[in-house]
Amino acid sequence: MHSLILATATRLIAALMLVFSVFMLLRGHNDPGGGFIGGLIAVTAFALYAKSRGVDEARRALTVHPTNLAVAGLGCALIAGVLGLVRGQPFLTGQWITIGGDGHGHGGLALSSILLFDVGVYLVVVGSVLGVIFAMEEEI
Amino acid sequence: MEALLAITVGAMTAAGVYLMLSWNMMRFLFGLVVIGNAANLAILTVGRHYGPAPPLVPDGQTAPAELVANALPQALILTAIVISFGILAFTVVLLYRAYEEMGTISGDDMRVAEPRPQPDQSTVGS
Amino acid sequence: MIVAALPAALTVFFASLVPEIAAGQVLRWAVPWIPGLDIEFSFLADGLSLLFSLLISGIGVVVMVYAAAYMQGYPQVGRFFIIMTLFMLSMLGAVLADNVLTLFVFWELTTLTSYFLIGFTHETATSRAAALQALLVTGIGGLAMLAGLVLLGLVGDSYELSVLRASGVDVTADPLYGAILVLVLLGAFAKSAQFPFHFWLPNAMAAPTPVSAYLHSATMVKLGIYLMARMQPLLGGTEAWLLTLTIVGGITAVMSSVWSLRQTDLKQLLAYTTVMGLGTLTLFLGLGTEAATTAAIAFLIIHCFYKATLFLAVGAIDHATHTRDRDALSGLARVMPLTFGIALAAGLSMAGVPPFLGFIGKELMYEAAVTAPSAAWLVAGAALAANALMIAAAGLVALQPFVGRARDWPQPPHDPPVAMWIGPIVLAIAGLVLGLAPHLIDQRVIAPAVAAVAGHDPHLHLKLWHGFNLPLLLSVVTVAAGIGLYVGRERVRCWLGTAERLIPGSAERAYDHALAGLKRLAAWQTALLQHGQLRGYLTTIFGTMIVLIAAASLRGGVWPTDADLTDAPAFAWFASALIIAGSVITIITRYRLAAICALGAVGIGTAILFVSHGAVDVALTQLLVDTLFVVLLAVALLKLPSFWDLRHRETGLRVGAAAIAVAVGSLMTMVLLVIVSVPLDRRLTAYFESNSVPLAHGHNIVNVILVDFRALDTLGEISVVAVAGLAAYALIKLRPRRDPTHQSQGRSAADQSATG
Repeated sequence: MHSLILATATRLIAALMLVFSVFMLLRGHNDPGGGFIGGLIAVTAFALYAKSRGVDEARRALTVHPTNLAVAGLGCALIAGVLGLVRGQPFLTGQWITIGGDGHGHGGLALSSILLFDVGVYLVVVGSVLGVIFAMEEEI
Repeated sequence: MEALLAITVGAMTAAGVYLMLSWNMMRFLFGLVVIGNAANLAILTVGRHYGPAPPLVPDGQTAPAELVANALPQALILTAIVISFGILAFTVVLLYRAYEEMGTISGDDMRVAEPRPQPDQSTVGS
Repeated sequence: MIVAALPAALTVFFASLVPEIAAGQVLRWAVPWIPGLDIEFSFLADGLSLLFSLLISGIGVVVMVYAAAYMQGYPQVGRFFIIMTLFMLSMLGAVLADNVLTLFVFWELTTLTSYFLIGFTHETATSRAAALQALLVTGIGGLAMLAGLVLLGLVGDSYELSVLRASGVDVTADPLYGAILVLVLLGAFAKSAQFPFHFWLPNAMAAPTPVSAYLHSATMVKLGIYLMARMQPLLGGTEAWLLTLTIVGGITAVMSSVWSLRQTDLKQLLAYTTVMGLGTLTLFLGLGTEAATTAAIAFLIIHCFYKATLFLAVGAIDHATHTRDRDALSGLARVMPLTFGIALAAGLSMAGVPPFLGFIGKELMYEAAVTAPSAAWLVAGAALAANALMIAAAGLVALQPFVGRARDWPQPPHDPPVAMWIGPIVLAIAGLVLGLAPHLIDQRVIAPAVAAVAGHDPHLHLKLWHGFNLPLLLSVVTVAAGIGLYVGRERVRCWLGTAERLIPGSAERAYDHALAGLKRLAAWQTALLQHGQLRGYLTTIFGTMIVLIAAASLRGGVWPTDADLTDAPAFAWFASALIIAGSVITIITRYRLAAICALGAVGIGTAILFVSHGAVDVALTQLLVDTLFVVLLAVALLKLPSFWDLRHRETGLRVGAAAIAVAVGSLMTMVLLVIVSVPLDRRLTAYFESNSVPLAHGHNIVNVILVDFRALDTLGEISVVAVAGLAAYALIKLRPRRDPTHQSQGRSAADQSATG
């Protein structure tokens, strides 16, 4: 199945979907979204890319092997958990630091182990599902 | 609302069970999908219906102002959906590979680990 | 020799405790084990424990030194000594345990280690069968004992033996006493090879001789005796205790000593005499008098000394001549004088000839027998018969192989190396010295042990010469009868052979039948439940579900009260219709693509229902997963045979499956209606709602639950997803590249199954 229209449109659509997936990941803590949804959107983007332009091209676009991505995601989630242990709190306790802002919880960039954990979820979903989809497209 | 959902879940479960009882592993797989969805809806039903307001806390407040949807079953279902997707993807691949190895998609004929007692018919290609 | 260092150190340690314990002190050591259940890992050393500990570690030294020489040339000697050491430590744990559950754990550890030791030469089938037999018989007995000990703990409100004894709780008056007694005694009888569980012990002689000497005469089989002695203050003193122990012990003692004369294998013969010794111990523990307890404790020590020595001597004979058949052995005294001396000393102690320690033991036995609380003459008669037969058996082991015509050996036998005679000679000399000077141990070791059983300090004074009295007369009669039996041994053997043919069944045959029956039962139920057919498994699961839920509803009388369909909005009706239509199409369609599309519709309908419940995140996820799943199915399933190709296999709607499906579905609806008719406990949700922002700084409560409050669940979940993904990836990518002919074979099989 090779369609010129699809192949051309995919470049734009897949890029937009990827941006959107990161957007969904980041806003997940306060609005609908999160690691699962973001990850699935990213998977859909790459699946579409693979369908229209071939798996080889999609793998090149991803640059990292999907399996490595999944393992890295698990690693992120684990590190997010261990951060709590380092501070002497239970495993997976949320840790927050705010960069900038007025020091009273307003403004500035709030970073947290929670975000790292959600990134881990995102990466696991992307890596695992894409690993299967790419392999199936190639071998079956 | 709950009554309608209960009936829908019942119908889905019946369809899923019927499909899972097929000898054809492909239909079994379809049954697994349907019954998985039924289970998710069952959790949703048990969490009750509080209207369409999503469980979000408005900006600048510490708790939802009015009654919002039950967040707990939603979190459970979200987990369940992703896990069942992972498992189903694995099952699809397993089914395909089983067909490749054994040349059949009949669950009754997949007997590599536990061959039939009588040695008269061997349905295993490997 | 290094292997003997640990038992030697332990012996010294336990010996150093003797003065303290003899002074009446009790040492206790405990750490919490399962605090929630109030179970401690506790140990206690009193007179009885210390006596057993000394025997276990002391005989352990002798046996380890002996085995270091004996086991040379065996494969896996290292394994042997590790298991022997583990066994010794388990034994010590069992006899020193204060908590009955600690006792049970060590008890079963001795069973396990003994299994490995009996089956040490695991290349031979008889070894394996004997090991399994011992494991099953003593292991099942151990489980019965565990049940009894738990009941005991419930009745006495403590699992600590010391607490139970100190609390003065009268277990014998409890309605559960009968069950406790039966269960605990089952364990003790199985372990100590009492009738009808005696048969495993002669079979266990398949073990290497050091194992037989250590486990199956000196230590492990005495564990049941230990348990009975331990339990006597708690469970003893009743009619049931007295009758059970004396009858079982008496039958065991007489029966096994009779059969011992029939044996030609010297180890088998010794095994039967061991069973006799254990029966005698049970008999005297059952009597419960102070004299009987003293006799039992004294005989316990004596038996360890002479029986271990005789086993080791037989091992030396076996080592030198490569046979243990007493018909093939004679005149060994000239070539193996040292072994003869050792065996003779032990044999005389076994026969109860003065001035050996065995004589004192026999006198104590007769004294206890004639003063027995009931049926004194029956007890004395049983003891006399068993002792007379014992003398004959002692002659068969310690005399017959050494005297008579010297044989022409291809390789002349000779005395074993020093490691193999030093230990036995120490034990043999100890039997003589202690017989001459019993005051060396009577107050230090025997009296504290008797005190631990009897509950008060005994008045005992061991000596060789008691004057002319009834026990002495009985001893003389015993010796005369024993010598008569030895002289007429061939005729006795002949009679026993005739008698054996007349006995229709035996306990061992019952065991064999039970084992075969168990295997048949297992095969039957495996064929019934593990038939390898997915449909059958699912039918079982769904059928069980139907029966259980229906039964619970009927019993509890819970039925849905209100089912209001009017409050549902129109789009919810639409979603439900979409779902049901999709499900029906998936069932009836003959086209794979139609089925996959119908499944997509089911997913979309589900997502709409999620939205109607305010589950925005869930609906989004559902839609995305649905999309990806359709893509995945379309890639894989279109390569599989289509429904159309296989249509002849499907004979319309199958009635049975449809009935099960409708039943499960209806029950599901009913259960949900019942659940939603009770008020919801919203506390958990309320907690998440009110703490999501203050504690976790997040406004999306669902996401906060996922990544913060219940993050551990999510971590588990993404691990599952990662593993499932990896497994699927491996299934596709790491398959063996097969040659085309093989592939076509697989395909042709597919065609066959499709058309056949």
